[in-house]
Amino acid sequence: MLQLNELTKRYKTGELALKGVTLEIPKGQVLALIGPSGAGKSTLIRCVNRLVQPTSGSVALKGKELTKLSSSALRRARRKMGMIFQEYALVERLTVMENVLSGRLGYVGFWRSYFRKFPRADVQEAYRLLDRVGLKEMADKRADELSGGQRQRVGICRALIQNPDLLLVDEPTASLDPKTSRQIMRLIQELCSERGLTAIINIHDVFLAQMFSQRVVGLELGSVVYDGKPEGLTPEVLTRIYGEEDWSATIKSTDEDDDNEEELQS
Amino acid sequence: MTDSLEAPNYASSWKKAPFIKNRFVRWLIIVGGAIYLSAALGTMNIDLDRVKEGLPRAQRFLDAFFPPNFADNRGVLWDGIAESIWMAIISTVAGIALSIPIGLGAARNLAPAWVYLFCRSVIAASRTFPEIILAIFAVKLFGFGPFAGFVALSLGTIGFYAKLLAEDIENTSASQAEAVKATGANWFQWVNYSIQPQVMPRMIGLSIYRLDINFRESAVVGIVGGGGIGATLNTSFSRYEFDTTAAILLIIILIVMFMEYTSSFTRKWVQ
Repeated sequence: MLQLNELTKRYKTGELALKGVTLEIPKGQVLALIGPSGAGKSTLIRCVNRLVQPTSGSVALKGKELTKLSSSALRRARRKMGMIFQEYALVERLTVMENVLSGRLGYVGFWRSYFRKFPRADVQEAYRLLDRVGLKEMADKRADELSGGQRQRVGICRALIQNPDLLLVDEPTASLDPKTSRQIMRLIQELCSERGLTAIINIHDVFLAQMFSQRVVGLELGSVVYDGKPEGLTPEVLTRIYGEEDWSATIKSTDEDDDNEEELQS
Repeated sequence: MTDSLEAPNYASSWKKAPFIKNRFVRWLIIVGGAIYLSAALGTMNIDLDRVKEGLPRAQRFLDAFFPPNFADNRGVLWDGIAESIWMAIISTVAGIALSIPIGLGAARNLAPAWVYLFCRSVIAASRTFPEIILAIFAVKLFGFGPFAGFVALSLGTIGFYAKLLAEDIENTSASQAEAVKATGANWFQWVNYSIQPQVMPRMIGLSIYRLDINFRESAVVGIVGGGGIGATLNTSFSRYEFDTTAAILLIIILIVMFMEYTSSFTRKWVQ
């Protein structure tokens, strides 16, 4: 489904952010990408949709090479890759509905989007998604009136309305409290399994990575140092990724903490 | 507050480090600045006798101003005001229309380097010439009358509005812009959805402020032949009709105050 081959990125400052990363991600897999700050996690997912232009190597989505696309072909390819951001990255002065519908910009013409006259099917899908994440009543609120967890759910709707094949998720819980973090991660996981979506989730929190993913890739200084099941994250592995620390408290059995949180749709 | 006896002896006085570390440089700037200021004041040649002579003249001037006479030249006065108002409005609209593409091009995060440099040069050129110089040029090119004033004020607006627009665009949140770009939006959609909402409130406030400036400047460009209330003002001055001059000045002050109030009200409302 998604293949990265010897992906390398060197920034203009000379910093080598990715050192020949090779990964293959099958359809429907939710992959957690962990690693310390500066390990290249954000760079990696931005190289996939080319918000960052990779220096060398290849990225192929469904067999289609992305690194050499012309700008209009790139826009078409980006429609199939939904992205969810750290700090939500909603356009704060736009309404919730406009933010969700902005996920359809790649599909509609300029004047249609300028006058906010989106096709009926898009509007309907936007309402359906907002209802799914429990925000149907918020459609006309301005994005900056929402709480952190609500904003991230709008961010999720914006990504999903693109009808993507792939979700790129960059630190979705970085500014959320522990409970909301879990709710958001669970929501992403559920939506991925409902729609058979492939996802790469950058995440700081090792524990959340273990709870909500099928595969964990550890990145350190731009290289893959771990690639395997969440259960395989032993203290030795974490030391290899993050450096020496007492890891005994981080690695708990996952079901111990998987308590009875209420469902998201309230 | 008795700490254990082994506690190290901490200093009890603290002073903020000076802004300029080097003591010599610091005093050089202070003393040098003081000397220069006093020397500059000295060369200005302030003559108290001349000030003394001037005061009664000022008195006579003020006497001539009062009471302001709104009646005698009512026709030309209101014509001038009306002309100034429409000159200010259309030059603001035209100036902003020209400023938007230039401002977009002059924002480093939107435009490639060569577009950026070109647009910045246009802005710099517009800012170099004050409205009165632009007006003198325009009067030479197009002759006396409000059209010359309109051209001068429109060009003047570019240097102000495009520069502030570009700077506001450069201060927008990069993550919001990135998020809209990631959806596959084209450039125009991207600007419309991620940049415009972020800069709009400030730009609305600034356009009202610019309308205010253009109205005041219309009095200035009128003096050099650009039409509007400035022309009326100039005529009343050269005819020694100071009571009419006073009436005109009062009207200008009232209109500017009204716009001041409108602009602060609008800025609060669009936030």
